[in-house]
Amino acid sequence: MKEVHVRFFAAFREAAGVELETVHTSAASAGELFNEMTRKFQGLGHEPAALVAINDEMSGWDTGLQDGDEVLFFPPVAGG
Amino acid sequence: MRNHNQGRAVERLEYEVYSPLAVKEGNAIIEEARDKFGIEQALCVHRSGDLALGDIAVVVGVASAHRDEAFRAARYIIDEVKQRLPIWKKEHYTDGDAHWVNCQHCASTHTEHAA
Repeated sequence: MKEVHVRFFAAFREAAGVELETVHTSAASAGELFNEMTRKFQGLGHEPAALVAINDEMSGWDTGLQDGDEVLFFPPVAGG
Repeated sequence: MRNHNQGRAVERLEYEVYSPLAVKEGNAIIEEARDKFGIEQALCVHRSGDLALGDIAVVVGVASAHRDEAFRAARYIIDEVKQRLPIWKKEHYTDGDAHWVNCQHCASTHTEHAA
């Protein structure tokens, strides 16, 4: 099990009802962790164009997780 | 800032920005533009927080010896900024409702009416 710090942004934050959450997880990847979060937070759902960053670096959904990681879940971006 | 989206009148826009990564990715995009188009330098500024109708949300400036490359670089930068930067836009409608743009399954929040 790893301890990771999850942060939700924008629509994900509103859907989950929380911005920051420390979780103990056996998820092997960012994608698995997000799946776990959708089970934990009822309002949170999958978005095809969602992105993920780990420790302030853009990452992929297959990227592995380490103890202490800060995982940022971004809903589809809409800048400009 | 456009004042209509799918027939609903927009009262104001709200931009949420995750600055550490927005700046990092933004700088990466500018470096890419310099490599691709041979421009001297470029700058991009994006507003965050509340914007009123008519406000400018983003500005791209490019310095180049040749105007052709400058315009192409500017186009590249704005296209990449819109696709890659952790920035989110929330439209607040005149009827009090609000919606995060581009988020298909996101629940639209029904904001408390201030007045």
